Amino acid sequence: MIKAKHILGGAAALLAAGVAIAAGADLGQAQKQATNWTAITMFGIFVGITLWITKWAAAKTKTAADFYTAGGGITGFQNGLAIAGDYMSAASFLGISALVFGSGFDGLIFSIGWLVGWPVITFLMAERLRNLGKYTFADVAGYRFDPGPIRTFAACGSLVVVAFYLIAQMVGAGQLIKLLFGLDYIVAVSMVGAIMMIYVLFGGMTATTWVQIIKACMLLAGATFMALAVMFQFGFSPEAMFKRAVEVHSKQDAIMGPGALITDPVSAISVGMALMFGTAGLPHILMRFFTVPSAKEARKSVGWATTWIGYFYILTFIIGFGAITNLIPNPADYFVNGEIAKGLKGGGNMAAVHLAKAVGGDIFMGFISAVAFATILAVVAGLTLSGASAVSHDLYASVWRHGNVDSATELRVSKITTVCLGIFAVLLGIVFEKQNVAFMVMLAFAVACSANFPVLFMSVLWKDCTTKGAVAGGTVGLVSSVALTIVSPAVWEASLGNPKGSALFPYASSAIFSMTAAFAVIYIVSKLDNSAQAKKERAAFPAQLVRSETGVGSSSASGH
Amino acid sequence: MKDEDVVERIQKNPKFMQFVRMRNRYSIIMSILMMLAYYGYILLIAFDKQFLATKVSAGATMSIGIPMGIGVLVFTIIITAIYVRRANTEFDATKDEIVKEASK
Repeated sequence: MIKAKHILGGAAALLAAGVAIAAGADLGQAQKQATNWTAITMFGIFVGITLWITKWAAAKTKTAADFYTAGGGITGFQNGLAIAGDYMSAASFLGISALVFGSGFDGLIFSIGWLVGWPVITFLMAERLRNLGKYTFADVAGYRFDPGPIRTFAACGSLVVVAFYLIAQMVGAGQLIKLLFGLDYIVAVSMVGAIMMIYVLFGGMTATTWVQIIKACMLLAGATFMALAVMFQFGFSPEAMFKRAVEVHSKQDAIMGPGALITDPVSAISVGMALMFGTAGLPHILMRFFTVPSAKEARKSVGWATTWIGYFYILTFIIGFGAITNLIPNPADYFVNGEIAKGLKGGGNMAAVHLAKAVGGDIFMGFISAVAFATILAVVAGLTLSGASAVSHDLYASVWRHGNVDSATELRVSKITTVCLGIFAVLLGIVFEKQNVAFMVMLAFAVACSANFPVLFMSVLWKDCTTKGAVAGGTVGLVSSVALTIVSPAVWEASLGNPKGSALFPYASSAIFSMTAAFAVIYIVSKLDNSAQAKKERAAFPAQLVRSETGVGSSSASGH
Repeated sequence: MKDEDVVERIQKNPKFMQFVRMRNRYSIIMSILMMLAYYGYILLIAFDKQFLATKVSAGATMSIGIPMGIGVLVFTIIITAIYVRRANTEFDATKDEIVKEASK
């Protein structure tokens, strides 16, 4: 989340934002803190409750359909909360409030970007996904296509996005836990991996959904309390809060206007496209639409998800300003050696956690720390489940066994994959410990909007789209988005340590080029494709259209 | 009746294509509105930072950019809610009618 801050503003933003935020904007290196028993106890309670739910869910998880989609029995309201729980990461809670704490207004620009993808999903994708899909988004993209190539491509697209997102979450988790709980990095990362594996392995989608719902409620309740406490201090007058913030902040009135976050218009539009359309290509988000029983519930889910996520971002803005007005006047309590210039104790991302202490004391701070940890667990569980389904449902059952596989075998393969992904995530978390993984979430969004989204969009909405076109265009989007991101300043200079100005690709996100290229290639290759297979695929479009628009024939798909 | 037959009948019903075209037009208009609001705000920041830093009134601390930004967040929530409401009532009723006609 915050990660794109580097990408957007680059070094300029870091300098401008000062030590306070530079230290931890990417949940980067964090000093180990004293063991925080309140937080650990609170977290223990959360884990206890969620494991109890997992036990209950395990009894209900018998078939592959239960494992992937909770049997399709989640309501729209529940799914909306679960989507919000899947999407609001610790990075967006701690990171955006830290960005507001450091730069004021710029934090608002950032949070808007993370919300605008939701209407696009609502208007264009939600019900079509529900009507055409069964377990994975490849079911949707490959509805009338040759299953071998399209599912192989879709599984690759999913796994690449999941891998990048997972690395960012695991490294963030390790740093955060070291910071909040005072545990060793390796212990922290292994714990996240182990608990997440238990949820997914035994409870499948049912347990994952409830972990996400509980986490969303905790996060929304905690953030609401903090924002109300802050507003109460100022008699619920935003003007009074801003006035006080400008008085105490070192950047004074500059926090009321845009700073260095948006530099050139091309980067601004490109990052905007990655966020807006990337959200509609994230496999762990798309998968959530298969857990509801109808298109109506799918729309309700996304309506609720947008409401909760938007509300949450408004709260983080208030929390950031609350941190300015509460922490800066008390440097002795919250800053390293009591000096503001040295930054917040524990790093820049601690703004929200310190504010929790300021408004609610040690117990509330323990609660907020536990919420931050729970948040990471919920996000990694969702990611792992979508990665496992891409392997077991798309690669194993559909491509390798041509669909001739019983539910029990498919379920066993998904569980084996879950274990492999869990171990893989822990190992990558350890390997990348000292790396700057700030760009990884942005990379995941770039791939999602350049590879997954165009294929999904064109296969569902354009009658002339063919397997060859979709696979060729999607591959171009996948390769170009990864390649351009590697040679962009955020990776080439900031992470690989090449000299400033040496990056071949000057912009903050590849989306504007790689997504356009993907659409163009899908169009051209499909148009040129005159094979017998292509004719068959085009002829199948009208029937697909009826099902995607009306849902006729799809009620049996979710397994009930 | 088998699903295949229902699908075929719906395909042949002119009301169905009319319905799809109407709903697609609505979705596209809503998407364009959302993009105008978001990219408009982003481009305003890219090209005219000064304007957004202007105070809401003389002597105030709050800049115009803050209510506008919160406005974009609220607009996003509202436009989604409007679509969901219309799709879940009006559009679904039309759709159900078409499906029912074909299932007879």
